[in-house]
Amino acid sequence: MTQNGWLQIAVFFLIVLALTKPMGSFMARLFEGGRTFLHPVLRRLETLTYKVVGVNESTEQRWTQYAASLLAFSIFSFLFVYALQRLQGVLPLNPQGLNSGNVSPDLAFNTAISFVTNTNWQSYSGESTLSYLTQMAALTVQNFMSGAAGIAVAIAVSRGFARQKVNGLGNFWVDLTRATIYILLPLSILAALFLSAQGVIQNFHPYTVVKTVEGAKQVIAQGPVASQEAIKMLGTNGGGFFGANSAHPFENPTPLANLLQMVLIFIIPAGLTYTFGLMVGDRRQGWTLFGACAVMFLAGVLVCYWAEQKGNPTLDRLGIASRASATQAGGNMEGKETRFGIAASALFATVTTDASCGAVNGAHDSLTPLGGLVPLFNIQTGEVIFGGVGAGLYGILLYAVVAVFIAGLMVGRTPEYVGKKIEQKEVKMAMLALVATAFSILLLAGLSSVAHFDGPTKDAKGQPVAHSYWNPPGAATANLNNAGPHGFSEILYAYTSATGNNGSAFGGINTNTPWYNLTLGVAMLAGRFLFLIPLLAAAGSLAMKKKVPSTSGTLPTHGPLFATLLIGTVILVGALTFFPALALGPIVEHYLMAGGKLFAFAPLPLGS
Amino acid sequence: MATTQAPTPPAVSQTDSTSLLPGKLVRARPLFDPEIVRRALRDSFIKLNPITLVKNPVMFVVEVGAALTTIFLIRDVSIGSGARLFETQISIWLWFTVLFANFAEAMAEARGKAQADTLRKTKTDSMGRRLCNNGKVEIVPASKLRSGDVVMCETGDLIPGDGEVVEGIATVDESVITGESAPVIRESGGDRSAVTGGTKVLSDHVKVRITSNPGETFLDKMIALVEGAERQKTPNEIALNILIAGLTLIFLLAVATLHPFAVYAVSSVGAGKAPTIAVLVSLLVCLIPTTIGGLLSAIGIAGMDRVMQHNVLAMSGRAVEASGDVNTLLLDKTGTITLGNRQAVEFIAFEGVTAAELADAAQLSSLADETPEGRSIVVLAKEKHGLRGREISDHEAHFIPFSAYTRMSGVDIDGRMLRKGASGAIATFVKELGGELPGNFEEISDRISRGGGTPLAVADGPRALGIVHLKDIVKGGMKERIGQLRAMGIRSVMITGDNPLTAAAIAAEAGVDDFLAQATPADKLTYIKRQQAEGRLVAMTGDGTNDAPALAQADVGLAMNTGTTAAKEAGNMVDLDSNPTKLIEVVAIGKQLLITRGALTTFSIANDVAKYFAIIPAMFMATYPVLGRFNIMGLHTPQSAVLAAVIFNALIIIALVPLALRGVKYRPAGAASLLRRNVLIYGIGGIIVPFPGIWLLDQLLVLLHLA
Repeated sequence: MTQNGWLQIAVFFLIVLALTKPMGSFMARLFEGGRTFLHPVLRRLETLTYKVVGVNESTEQRWTQYAASLLAFSIFSFLFVYALQRLQGVLPLNPQGLNSGNVSPDLAFNTAISFVTNTNWQSYSGESTLSYLTQMAALTVQNFMSGAAGIAVAIAVSRGFARQKVNGLGNFWVDLTRATIYILLPLSILAALFLSAQGVIQNFHPYTVVKTVEGAKQVIAQGPVASQEAIKMLGTNGGGFFGANSAHPFENPTPLANLLQMVLIFIIPAGLTYTFGLMVGDRRQGWTLFGACAVMFLAGVLVCYWAEQKGNPTLDRLGIASRASATQAGGNMEGKETRFGIAASALFATVTTDASCGAVNGAHDSLTPLGGLVPLFNIQTGEVIFGGVGAGLYGILLYAVVAVFIAGLMVGRTPEYVGKKIEQKEVKMAMLALVATAFSILLLAGLSSVAHFDGPTKDAKGQPVAHSYWNPPGAATANLNNAGPHGFSEILYAYTSATGNNGSAFGGINTNTPWYNLTLGVAMLAGRFLFLIPLLAAAGSLAMKKKVPSTSGTLPTHGPLFATLLIGTVILVGALTFFPALALGPIVEHYLMAGGKLFAFAPLPLGS
Repeated sequence: MATTQAPTPPAVSQTDSTSLLPGKLVRARPLFDPEIVRRALRDSFIKLNPITLVKNPVMFVVEVGAALTTIFLIRDVSIGSGARLFETQISIWLWFTVLFANFAEAMAEARGKAQADTLRKTKTDSMGRRLCNNGKVEIVPASKLRSGDVVMCETGDLIPGDGEVVEGIATVDESVITGESAPVIRESGGDRSAVTGGTKVLSDHVKVRITSNPGETFLDKMIALVEGAERQKTPNEIALNILIAGLTLIFLLAVATLHPFAVYAVSSVGAGKAPTIAVLVSLLVCLIPTTIGGLLSAIGIAGMDRVMQHNVLAMSGRAVEASGDVNTLLLDKTGTITLGNRQAVEFIAFEGVTAAELADAAQLSSLADETPEGRSIVVLAKEKHGLRGREISDHEAHFIPFSAYTRMSGVDIDGRMLRKGASGAIATFVKELGGELPGNFEEISDRISRGGGTPLAVADGPRALGIVHLKDIVKGGMKERIGQLRAMGIRSVMITGDNPLTAAAIAAEAGVDDFLAQATPADKLTYIKRQQAEGRLVAMTGDGTNDAPALAQADVGLAMNTGTTAAKEAGNMVDLDSNPTKLIEVVAIGKQLLITRGALTTFSIANDVAKYFAIIPAMFMATYPVLGRFNIMGLHTPQSAVLAAVIFNALIIIALVPLALRGVKYRPAGAASLLRRNVLIYGIGGIIVPFPGIWLLDQLLVLLHLA
């Protein structure tokens, strides 16, 4: 681990820390109906939107209405994205002539869900599958919308804690519009300009064909990348324009662009912790959430960076130098971009999975077992370490509710969080969300570990059958490229990433078959809606409660003691749920690697 | 002819909070009373019935697991395969796990039942003299009496049912209910009119209107309560149940999916076998929160039981739970914060009068005064001036009793007219006889009033002698208790009928946070509502009918047993000792109940860490020998490891039964320090303890050749 590496991590963290308060106060002001410095410019656009859509700005929605609006919006978006993909062949902005043959119904289903749920799991490679129109009108638009919806829900949940004796949690349409117009649009325009300046491309050219030095023909994909890139990070979407995602030089050309991309991931989730504090009228509450997240973030980076820099002991034994020196980064550079190096790659892997972003600037499949354990565990704990836009805040609030419930009892009172009593309804909803997540990850990963598809392996002409309907005949694990625990990690990571609405791929597994497309689609739906709706329900119940004044007999939910409890709850719940699975994946692989046993890798395109 | 009469009704069975309770309805039994243990053992087996056990999802899962392993054991025995010694032991210990949890609940219930039996013995079917419409009296069994009937109760009669005295006054022995042998006065009208069925009239006779139907009497309710027949889960208990049911579901998933994961691992590595049902069930049972799942209902029942041991009847578990949440405590000044009576603390003589002269006159005028105030004057005169109570029957003495009209009392002796009374009344008395008041008469009276005391002026005919300073004595230790309440985050508010000046002085002396002076029942109600509107939970005590609305409004209303039926019905707890200070204990019990739940939940979840370390390496020893690195306890074999974990899991339930029944130690303190302490003991402790425990069991199993 190098000084330079530490410095990169420190600079990143300090930028996030510095931006938290301004972002947080801006958002609190915006969603509580105040005027911001952007109002003179953007207010007109906002009111125009309400007029066009027919929304009354001052209408309050109960939690059921709020959730129904969100669901209706998501269903509509799903149908739109699905249709656009299937019809791209007859629509404009398609210089490569990509058509519905490139997008099977199950892939379109998977991709539509993926972008509507802010997951951006990609079973495809953008450059060989989707037209420019699909990328822009379907995917980039959803990058904004699903992110804004997440922010809206986080704000609604915060209102549940902040308000008292009311039914209303705000108005979904208003929150969605404000999040889009005042937060996502301006920031992504700025970021897109900055990224273009760094060299990210933005054009509608057909792909360029070049002759390489060796005389081979190479196709270089083009497209409107910068505009999608900015919102991809800012909205913690993570769906790359290219299959290689942020490892691709056209998406993420320089270390500075890389730093900005990581900052974009954290800026809204970190700011929202402060927003929460302001909304409940006690900034310490917000900083406590921030603090807990910061500690878990730094711990994750530390483990990942350490594991990656340490590299693979087998290489040491073979006498291959893998120590960092003046001439090389050292460590495990497999699957990493040399322009980023170990620290920035480990940092990116941690940040993208702390939040539900899922963009990658290297191959997670190539991380060392422990280095790969960090992203996996980050997602399994619900991506609450700052987390996805909005999703991170309501996720950590869920853990706060659980932590307060157990710890609160130990001070001899009905547990309270920021003045709200945590009772039956809240506990029920919190547990529902936790069970749904565990259910989706474990059950689907379990099924795919043993599923077997019947069917002839050879067709009438004696040729091997590539595709029966669900999957190629045989075991579902035949789609894996690695055996043993590493292969298991690949399955586990896929369902974890889908359920967590992360969307990053461990890779090493071909998921573009109906079986995986559909099950992963179901996982994304469960992870998004079975998590978010219970939380809205809990918020609805909380909003109706009186605020209990805090006394010396009240469990203080600010300060290091509670932050520690919160961290303990996140880690303990995650570890107890997933330890058996993790033990059979990255953990056992780590020990095996230490003993010199490796699991062969058959190369696959990145981000498959 | 000397007459003696008290200005107020005689004090009834007053119990100082600091003294020990003279008798108890519910005697504290030893924790493992043989009779109770026998009953609990029997019930543990009855509770195995899956139809009743399904209400406890955690233990139901264990039972299903136990049944499953037993079925597989039977299969293995019949076909002669498998590790039968291991499977037999696992099955046995899984059944024991369920039985131990049942035993904990049965213990708590059996203690209640034993108490109910004691109560039932006191419930004799007495006869009542019912007054008929035609004025005749007929003798009917108590079970035939209906609400609204009027019965005559004479000396020696058992009062046949709960009711209200409508005519007459009598002394009643209520020791059946209160355990207190001193008789109490029951009279028509006012706040002492309620009588309880089963209590005995000791003197005089009263007419009682029955207010309850058979089977609904106070005694019946008490029996039902202690028996747990009416036990409903409290809100917090339900919420906790949801939490542990949710955790159970998550662990069920984690263990169920471990099978396909293992199948993949085994086929991929080509070594070892997927874990057997016995091992999977063992892991599941070890992980799900059996400790808290098994002890949760016992904790609730035991909480009620502890309240009862303080001679308080809680009408529901919800009330006990709510008392832990109380933010504001309304305490009546008289009897709660101060001793029931004012006491003389000083003689202040006017100019030209010696203190001894004043003391002598005050004592003479009080000799026949049986009120505590009067007696305290006699005592003070003796202490301060060596004046002994004199035999006055040889003097020509005529005692003047206190009346609300004259507001003074005294004695005419040897031609002197000695009077003591309210300063206004004495002033009038002196002036009417042509005397003059000293210049500082008013000033001294005001000064005493301002200090929270009561001035009692003394006059000898037209001559004003001086003023006796009567003072409200704040109960010993009161200030400390109020301080403890504050540390617990509870505001205490003193309620008094005194004027604000007096109230402020006593409030300051007792250290309460706030006071409500010249409080009418309506004021109390408004105060409570305002506190509740601010989100606070309020507890109060009361005994009068006019307290009833406030008692009903308060979140915790502790009614005094000596109070009226209306008050008792409005409150959600009744203190059989009628000791208002007990509210503080009730709050502590409520808190202790919640802390016990939280502590055992934390402990239960924290325990899982060690169990993973024991079982996961054991499960995959053959497939992935490197996972043996997790076997940090150095357990001998996979079988001994799994068994040790299962046995530890079962034994810890039994080991914690006393803690569940007694409740964890509770010291009044702020939330932060309580949390730190409990997280340390039950959280960190919960992580650590199983490691040596499982290690030890593993050693034993190997030593005994059981694994």
